Amino acid sequence: MGKTLYEKVYDAHVVFQKEGELPTIYIDRHLVHEVTSPQAFSGLEAAGRKLRRPDLTLATMDHDISTKSLELSACSPMAQEQITTLMDNTKKFGVTLFPVGNDNQGIVHIVGPQVGFTLPGTTLVCGDSHTATHGAFGALAFGIGTSQVEHVMATQTLKQGKLKTMKIECKGSLQKGVYAKDLILAIIGKLTTAGGTGYAVEFCGQAVRELSMEGRMTLSNMAIEFGAPVGMIAPDETTFEYIKGRMYAPKGEDFDKALEYWKTLKSDDDAVFDAVVELDASAIEPQLTWGTNPGQECAITGCVPAPESFADPVQAKSCADALSYIDLKPGQKLAGTPVDLVFIGSCTNGRIEDFRAAAQILKGRKVAAGITALAVPGSMWVKQQAEREGLDKIFKDAGFEWRLPGCSMCLAMNDDRAPAGKRVASTSNRNFVGRQGKGSRTHLMSPASAAACAVTGKLTDVREFL
Amino acid sequence: MQKFTVHEGVAVPLDSANIDTDQIIPKQFLLAVSRKGFGVHLFHDWRYLDDAETKPNPEFNLNKPEYKGATILVARDNFGNGSSREHAPWALTDYGFRAVIAPSFANIFNNNALGNGLLTVKLTADEVDQIFKVLTAKPGTKIKISLEDMTVDCDTLHFSFELDPFIRHCLLNGLDNISLTLQHEDDIAKFESSMPAWERCAH
Repeated sequence: MGKTLYEKVYDAHVVFQKEGELPTIYIDRHLVHEVTSPQAFSGLEAAGRKLRRPDLTLATMDHDISTKSLELSACSPMAQEQITTLMDNTKKFGVTLFPVGNDNQGIVHIVGPQVGFTLPGTTLVCGDSHTATHGAFGALAFGIGTSQVEHVMATQTLKQGKLKTMKIECKGSLQKGVYAKDLILAIIGKLTTAGGTGYAVEFCGQAVRELSMEGRMTLSNMAIEFGAPVGMIAPDETTFEYIKGRMYAPKGEDFDKALEYWKTLKSDDDAVFDAVVELDASAIEPQLTWGTNPGQECAITGCVPAPESFADPVQAKSCADALSYIDLKPGQKLAGTPVDLVFIGSCTNGRIEDFRAAAQILKGRKVAAGITALAVPGSMWVKQQAEREGLDKIFKDAGFEWRLPGCSMCLAMNDDRAPAGKRVASTSNRNFVGRQGKGSRTHLMSPASAAACAVTGKLTDVREFL
Repeated sequence: MQKFTVHEGVAVPLDSANIDTDQIIPKQFLLAVSRKGFGVHLFHDWRYLDDAETKPNPEFNLNKPEYKGATILVARDNFGNGSSREHAPWALTDYGFRAVIAPSFANIFNNNALGNGLLTVKLTADEVDQIFKVLTAKPGTKIKISLEDMTVDCDTLHFSFELDPFIRHCLLNGLDNISLTLQHEDDIAKFESSMPAWERCAH
């Protein structure tokens, strides 16, 4: 019997397995940021351990930094302490750090691929649930907690059981105005917020093959939003083209050898998945969430569901709770609902292609009166590239604030927060209660859709602008 | 890690599915650089009426006298959904919780909890429903969880649960995973030397 892509990468990394123990797998790449690392570094120090492989570890700052100023003093006192702790720790343990202001700084999941740290066939972890992003390259990538961060720092390994496997085949091509974000929201809606729990997912099919690396990263990024810790895509020419020449990517003969191996990284024809899901990507319309978890979503042409429409009483209660928080009525049409803020950015949709797509809608148009609109590039490179292309001017002319890179209003750990009762059209990944600010209401959608909402001041079908 | 063998304590029900990590410990508390002191902020938005945490919400179960000193939490499906923040199990254990019972747990939360001696007990949705009925009818009921016998006793209910044998072994003995792995230094070094050049060095 053949192997799935996940099994191939997993099996190639088993260091040892003692009878009655979980297998121990090698971790090729470890990404570190300020929020989930301080306790791991202090744990190492307390035990007198060293960080085993600083050369396989890379740190940046993203979660709680200011997007208004490069000055440390622009951050809250606690954030300042966390940021300086990361600076001290990376220095002490010899880890490369891209601090605020560095040309390579940005959101950890945008930085890794951008500098060629993320490679097909590698195992990659980070103390962040959106680490699945790197699966877009055919890496086995997943988020871990701080104790595991410390384990990786000390041993460069993790005890990790094998996950079940799920294939999600996306047939056909996406329509105009429909993006990777719409595809992943539709998948999450179909599977629900916990439908992928315990699975390593592989996204495949024509619609996935036709996505750029940026689009594929958006897809893998949100695997965790239907519970799957791992969301892989088999690498192909699109992947190899993206990697070639990047700062940390292999060069010369090493690249050729790597490429030879990377080309074998696909599920065998006779590989058996524990679950198979198929969907017609060509039938998907622009999507958005209506509730308080990413599975509570529908097409922009749809209406808010009634709690009674769910057979399962637990889901019905979730729906009722969500509607009361988000202030929508069953049966209400989503399109036309007024919004107060627009946020374009995050590790889901903070890449250059996302700003290009939004700029296409914004060009020659203005943000509606009364709307606060934030454009937060995912990394310094994305910001600079957008500026080289003149996109910043389009955003600013339209009435957007053009900010510095960081996680920003995706989780509102810095001072970018949506006020209570305000409705946000957001390109981020979570619409949990209070996620973007206590009492704020989030509608997740694609960057182009968010740009359309900014222009009309309402939840809008982006296709009206195309 | 704190050992878990047998524990009996007051169980508090939280009748919601998908209780996410943003509810367990909101992001403003992730700015701390130590592992301690998160318990007071546990379920902040539900538990307090004000940001300063001076006005407890009397409607929230953790604040009700009958659940005072609760050490076992009972919830619906997909508990711990969301982020990888280990601050969630740190907040639960710092508050005094030893175990969470639910029909399912999010993967990363589950790993984090078990690594911190917080036992996640997975029962069927129907079994959890029966426990909810008991806890609603008789608030303050104690639940006994035996990791030795892999059983849960709540009033007249008696259920059994499963857990990976190695994780169970670590919990029963309070073992530190890093020390265990470091005993295999030779295996790790051998693996590293067999890695191809392109994979061996990132920068």
